[in-house]
This record gives sequence, structure tokens and C-alpha cells, in this order.
Amino acid sequence: MNLHEQFTAFKTLLTKEVLRFMRIWVQTVLPAAITTGLYFVIFGKMIGSQLNDISGYSYMDYIVPGIILMAIINNSYANVVSSFYSAKFQHHVEEMLVSPMPNYLILLGFVGGGVLRGLVVGLAVTAVSLFFTEPGTFNIAITLVVVILTAVLFSLAGFLNAVFANSFDDISIIPTFVLAPLTYLGGIFYSIDMLPEFWQQVSLLNPIMYMINAMRYGMLGVSDIDVSHALLMIILFVAVLFAFSLYLLNKGVGIRS
Amino acid sequence: MTCALSIKNLTKTYASGVEALKGVDLSVEQGDFFALLGPNGAGKSTTIGIITSLVNIGGGSVEVFGHDIVRDKEAAKSCIGLVPQEFNFNQFEPLIEIVANQAGYYGIERKRAYIHAEKYLKKLSLWDKRHEMARDLSGGMKRRLLIARALVHEPRLLILDEPTAGVDIEIRRQMWDFLREINAQGTTIILTTHYLEEAEQLCRNIAIINKGCTIESSAMKDLLLKLHEETFILDLREPLSELQAIPGYKITQIDKTTLQAHISREQSINELYAELTRRDICVLSMRNKSNRLEELFLQLTGNGEAA
Repeated sequence: MNLHEQFTAFKTLLTKEVLRFMRIWVQTVLPAAITTGLYFVIFGKMIGSQLNDISGYSYMDYIVPGIILMAIINNSYANVVSSFYSAKFQHHVEEMLVSPMPNYLILLGFVGGGVLRGLVVGLAVTAVSLFFTEPGTFNIAITLVVVILTAVLFSLAGFLNAVFANSFDDISIIPTFVLAPLTYLGGIFYSIDMLPEFWQQVSLLNPIMYMINAMRYGMLGVSDIDVSHALLMIILFVAVLFAFSLYLLNKGVGIRS
Repeated sequence: MTCALSIKNLTKTYASGVEALKGVDLSVEQGDFFALLGPNGAGKSTTIGIITSLVNIGGGSVEVFGHDIVRDKEAAKSCIGLVPQEFNFNQFEPLIEIVANQAGYYGIERKRAYIHAEKYLKKLSLWDKRHEMARDLSGGMKRRLLIARALVHEPRLLILDEPTAGVDIEIRRQMWDFLREINAQGTTIILTTHYLEEAEQLCRNIAIINKGCTIESSAMKDLLLKLHEETFILDLREPLSELQAIPGYKITQIDKTTLQAHISREQSINELYAELTRRDICVLSMRNKSNRLEELFLQLTGNGEAA
């Protein structure tokens, strides 16, 4: 395949992925907007109004970056894990496997779909947040870089989950028992400075904590950790997960016997 | 001229330890209509899986129009269209998108992909259903959708893995006509089927695989000449209480008005009729017990007893 043909193949898969989640937007986009709207009402408005400012920001302003990023993480992950696992389960991944489309484009197509769903949901949640506060714009470039890299990272994680999954149970175990605890304990609703020393050190082992703080820095200019350190960590994770995913695709793990 | 498909000493052992292929050799000429037959579990689907990159190759080599499927994978894949045994499309997508997307995966621009999709959906009488979800189609329509999808990038080699399974006779014959048409236009076709009449009607050359090895590969007409004995069913006009043995012939009485006769190539049906007439037995009609290729297939694969 020449470059033009490769681009056409990638565009075909990406368009298919976007149409898939847009066709069922009531299941894929709307729930995140409603859930996060409830977070803003209950935690931001009702409970937050009773709390002191954190790092010079109201509680509502403080939790907005983490809530937007949480929605992006969950939806990027969910999109790829369900789409690729369905393609495996119904065997229509074979449509791509028999074609001359290189494996890296198959991976990029699925990841691209996850990233775009993450961005669409992120925009929807940001729009909901406008009813409660004005989202911070301290450094838009950093905010966009964090959003995109985080969406790529969790799309890749969703892909890996789908590769190893053998049943629909397998695609819900990781989000429920790993992703959700790490996200909620990643400092969305609090600063790690509020924790005892021991738990502060434990929190530093949570990769999602770095992403949420980098996002908070981009929007508000405050962070519990060094932002360049956080960005480097996200980039490293993306590189490792991309290389591992491509290796598995080339080997045919989970899709070729 | 380069072969459309050349397979040499193909082997495959699955992770479970099952040795599916022990050394398959095949050669399919360009423009051929080729039958790949074998009993269940013989290794046909594994062979097709390896040719189409859905199964990892074990040992040996496979070349498609001279392109090695490992070293020159993309070029080899570009030449192939696959109609799989199972329905493997997204059941929740409209037909037009399934077919046009497949063209896209081969690098065909969207506008041209839709033109190709229209051409093949019309040829397979599915154009009126193009906006319907695949899950809403009947079994026969789904089979035709698989063929349209496999042809949308206009492959030089079309591989059909039991394309007419579960399809009624009328649609099956329409599909035969369509396959003959695209073969006449130059597309090489490899067909696996359990309807041996289908293989005999359509294919010029044939290979039989059994227990992971090629046990026969020749022209269809040469293979049929190897059939030493045919079995006929004779329907009698009058009920027969007991059949007296006819020297030189293997005849069994199935019921009062039906006989089964095994006729070897050295014998003549006329002589058998003469013997029956001499015994006042009148034959009303006669038919083959099974099709000739089927008898030969059962002999070659050692399943003759089951017949």
C-alpha cells in the first residue's frame, strides 16, 4: 500500500469508529454529561459551598479539571475496549486482518476513535461545567496536550484490555476494579497535601494522579507535583503501551491462532 | 506463468497441540476454478486461514501470484478476496457501509468504494437492502453479502469457504451462475464445499485434503475417471418378494420395489437390464445413489463404509 492508500484505510476505520459512537450517543456521550453534572451539583455546589478554598480556588473550580479528565479517561478506555472486543467477538476484525492494511494503522484507527470519543465527551462535560463556573484557561497548550495524551494513553489501555479479554466480564473487570479506584484516588476531589505523609507517598504511585494534576495546572495554574515530570511520565506510558499493543497485534495475540 | 496460488509443504500445529496440517501441497493456475475438498477437520479451513493471514503459518511456504504471504504480506493480501464460512460482519451496520468500508481497508477512496459497493450489491441483488442492518437479512442474503464484500476490491483470487451452506437451491444456482461469470472474466476461484455436486458442476481442477495432507490433486475429469464403481438405485414396477442372486453383479434389495446395484467400469448397465428382464423384473426408473464425485471422495478419504 502506498501512503495515500494507507491514509484512506486509516480514514475508513477512524470514520467507522466515530460513526459507531455517535450513532449511539445516548449510550456513549450523554451519560457522562449527566453523571458529571450530578458531581458538580452535589460535590461542587452543595458540599463545596461549605468548604474552604483550596490553593486559592473555590472547591467547584478546583474539581472541574479532574472531573473533565475523569470523563475523558473513562470514555476513551470504554470506547476502544468495547469496540475492539466486539470486533473480536463478532469476528469482523477479520475484515481488517485479511486486508493489506498494516497493523499500526489498525491500532491507530481504534485509538483515534477512543481519543475522539474522549474529546467529544470532554467538550460535553466542559459545556455542563459552564452552568456552575467558568473553566480556567491558565495554559491552554498544556491543557490540550494533557487531554490528548491522556486520551491516547487510556485508548491504548482499553485496546490491551480487549486483546486479552475472553468474555464480556473481562472487559468490565479492569474499569471497575482498577480504573475507577485509581481515578477517584487520583486527587480529583482533593489535594494530596490534605493527606497524611504516608498516603501522600502512596498517591505518588498512582499514574492518574499525575495526569489530573497536570490538567489542573493547565486550567488553574496549580498542581501538587512538577508538571514537566507528569508530562514526561504520560509520554513514557504512551510509548510503552503503543509498542506493546503493536507487538501483540503483530503476533496476533487474541485474534489469530 | 506464475501460479495464482502455490503452497509447499504447509504445516500447522495449534497451541493446543492439534496438528492440523502435516504437509499440504497445492498449485492453482491463474484463471482456474478450483475445488478444495476434504471431510470435516481435514485442514481446509486452516489452509484457507493461513493463505488469508487469519491463522499464523506453521511451516512451509505460501505464495499468492508470486508474493510470499510472510515476506510480501501486503501485496499477497491485496490479491485475495475471502468469503468465510461464518458470518463475520458487524451485524449492526448497514450493508452499504460494510461493503464500502472493506474497499476502504484496501486503500480505495470513499467515492470509488461506494461505486464498487453499488456494482456488487446490485449484481448480488442486495441493492434494495443497502440501508438495512446486516442482522435483518435472511441467511441467503447474508451469504451474498459476504460475496459482495469479498469482491469489492476486485481481487484476482477469490476464496470461498462453503459459500452456499444453508442456501436454498434457487439462490444456490444463481450464485453458481454469478461465480461462473466472474471466473470467465478472469478471477481465479478456489471453492470449498460439502455439496460435491457443486464442486463437480463448477470446478475444473480439484484437490482433496485428508488428515492434514493432500491426498489428491488433479483435473476434475481425470479424477472422475478413477471412479471404478458407481452405485445405482433401481425402482421396480412390480413388488419383488425375493431377489435371486445375479452372477457377477453386487445387487441388494432395499425394499420390495427398490434395488441397489454396484456397477464397475468393466460392467455394463445394459447387461444388468438384460439379466433383470430375463427374470421378469421390470425397472421403472434408475438414478445414481450419490453423485460421482461424492462416491470417489468417500473412497479416497476412507469413509466409503459410511456411504
